[in-house]
Amino acid sequence: AMEKSRPLWDNPLQFVFACISYAVGLGNVWRFPYLCQMYGGGGFLIPYFIMLIAEGMPLLYLELAVGQRMRQGSIGAWKIISPYLCGVGVASVVVSFFLSMYYNVINAWAFWYLFHSFQDPLPWATCPLNSNRTGYEEECEKTSSTQYFWYRQTLNISPSLEASGSVQWEQALCLTLAWLVVYLCILRGTEANGKGRGSGRRPAEPQREVVYVTASLPYCVLIIYLIRGLTLHGAVNGLVYMFTPKLEQLSNPKTWVSAATQIFFSLGLGFGSLIAFASYNEPSNNCERHAVIVSLINSTTSIFASIVTFSIYGFKATFNYESCINKVILLLMNAFDLEEGSLTADNLNEMKDYLMATHPQEYMQLLPQLKNCSLEAELDTAVQGTGLAFIVYSEAIKNMEVPQLYSVLYFVMLLMLGIGSMLGNTAAILTPLTDSRVIAARFPKEVISGVVCFINCMIGLIFTMEAGNYWFDIFNDYAATLSLLLIVLVETISVCYIYGIRRFEKDLHTMIGRKPNWYWKIMWAFVSPLLIISLFIFYLTDYILTGTLQYQAWDATQGQLVTKDYPGYALAVIGLLVAASTMCIPLGALVTFIRKRLKRENVSTV
Amino acid sequence: YVWDANEEYLFKAMVAFAMRRYSSKNTTQISNVLLCNVTDRVSFWFVVTDSSKNVTTVSGSEVEAAIRMNRNRINSAFLLSDKTLQFLKITSTLSPPVEPSTPVWLIVFGVVLCLIVAGIVFLIAAGIQQRKKKNKESTERENLEEKGEVTVTVENGIPCETLDLKAGHINGVFAADDERYTSL
Repeated sequence: AMEKSRPLWDNPLQFVFACISYAVGLGNVWRFPYLCQMYGGGGFLIPYFIMLIAEGMPLLYLELAVGQRMRQGSIGAWKIISPYLCGVGVASVVVSFFLSMYYNVINAWAFWYLFHSFQDPLPWATCPLNSNRTGYEEECEKTSSTQYFWYRQTLNISPSLEASGSVQWEQALCLTLAWLVVYLCILRGTEANGKGRGSGRRPAEPQREVVYVTASLPYCVLIIYLIRGLTLHGAVNGLVYMFTPKLEQLSNPKTWVSAATQIFFSLGLGFGSLIAFASYNEPSNNCERHAVIVSLINSTTSIFASIVTFSIYGFKATFNYESCINKVILLLMNAFDLEEGSLTADNLNEMKDYLMATHPQEYMQLLPQLKNCSLEAELDTAVQGTGLAFIVYSEAIKNMEVPQLYSVLYFVMLLMLGIGSMLGNTAAILTPLTDSRVIAARFPKEVISGVVCFINCMIGLIFTMEAGNYWFDIFNDYAATLSLLLIVLVETISVCYIYGIRRFEKDLHTMIGRKPNWYWKIMWAFVSPLLIISLFIFYLTDYILTGTLQYQAWDATQGQLVTKDYPGYALAVIGLLVAASTMCIPLGALVTFIRKRLKRENVSTV
Repeated sequence: YVWDANEEYLFKAMVAFAMRRYSSKNTTQISNVLLCNVTDRVSFWFVVTDSSKNVTTVSGSEVEAAIRMNRNRINSAFLLSDKTLQFLKITSTLSPPVEPSTPVWLIVFGVVLCLIVAGIVFLIAAGIQQRKKKNKESTERENLEEKGEVTVTVENGIPCETLDLKAGHINGVFAADDERYTSL
């Protein structure tokens, strides 16, 4: 049988860039700073690095080595290791499919904000007026203008999951555009050499120019923001707050679990994208060195991004603190008819005591309106996820000079990060599809990619409905988490114990030229599987203990988030999401077993 | 600037001006405007008297309407704004931000959308062209092979040409492929 020559990366640098572009995603920007803040500031780096060494690097190396050795997408690669493991590849593809369904909505939101950045003033800088123009809209008054812009004008969010509402056409347009962009980027992807009859010409290259851009542009923007952020007034407060280690958090088990989870998902293990990327490598590529490089770059980027984020935090917190103080000063001056300039931020406390002593009754009347402004409280408002990216950052941007420029830069960076990760996801879905001869022979690659993008776009319209953000949260929290843990666990155990670690060693020796040393072997065989099992147990016990699952809903009348319980059908969807991918593994083994049995029976009857 | 008697005089003058413009009679004098309870905060009460009607005060609603009509003149006389010069009980109507006829974001969206679609169409067309060329060449090759003039040397099912490229190692011992085929 003729072997189809597989397209290759131009050079190892392209492969590294592709991995970086895939691994460095939105999670580095919006999840790591939150975790750092919640779990002890500078002290969080200790469990983070321990987990990096214990599970991050070994598992990344494992996946890259498997892809490079088997030279197939995830389904084919695991089939080669053992026919009973075809379910693992299918589970990876299913999880990638779920991820690509909801992840591109983030890119749609980034496009929306990007397009709105070309106005002066920025639309989220001020509240819109109410109908008789005497004041601002009620909902906007209760909360801030940036939150109003996000919840009302972008999402038009409904009060609960049950009230679905209609599809927002503006968001649907942005989503369509996001999918068109993804389609454009993957179009220049791998082309199967259909005839393979010694065409001699160089085969088409995998998505190359795109990864150079999507990998390096975010760094440029982050550096610009770093310089801008550090020169902002009050940035130092945020940095000091972040880096003061609160070492007592190290005794909290949640700290270690969060560090492990963050490393795990940040590297994008278990989706099959890494296997797909590595399968386009030359067999002699030094994937060990690349694994170390990519994981180190990923972690450094997280820390770098959190420096930027915390300087922005500090700026925003200081700004809010100072306006709070100014409001209090104004209130006191108006109430007691004091001269302008007699109350300043420095003498505020003394003056408050003095006023309380001299005019006790009026002061008591005024007391409920006097907010106790505290810089610590402002810094403590830890936000993660879409809240951080779209609310906190846009609030900080609107207070800078030339906000349009920074806004455009920031949202372009978000787009690059998001699209880079989307390319990895779609590679994980498309590589097995184009590898399989059944489909690839009948349809050209453009049609397959187009169909996948179209289906995802149509399903993604659910997330543009009024209740769409709640469904988004469901997918974000449950579609990938548990399933990935299980997938990677099965991967590690199968490579170490079913394929055999000695055989794997030998393969690596033929590929790279040297055997993996004892550190890698111990990690693969013992430490990483144990870590994953303990993570798994932790999540299950956590769920069982808390009982029901809840979500945050936006209450327009109060202007803040409230906690609500998921309705029954939402819980069913969650269960379906987790089951759909995890059941693939045992189902795959069962199907292979039955097929083999049938074959054996056919043979024996003959 | 410091709030002193001159500024008070200017204020009285502005209120008188507002009353004159509003009611279009030229009888209001600066002396008709009385300020009282001036505090350090620079806040005070003021009334407008009507000298033609036996020193009675003009009704508050009239004064309010007059000031509302001339608000921006009064503001600019003091180099202040609606936020810094506050008349209690007179709420200002806020001006809405300028809205262009087509929202700006749609324009940018349209531009980006056209670029992306153009890119996609271009790439698909290039791909189709490339495939047509490949088909033509491989059919030409097949025709030539049927005539037996071109042989594609094959090693273990993999054409030798691709072996010469990156994929695969060529074992030096057996590399003397020229000698394999005896010349005719």
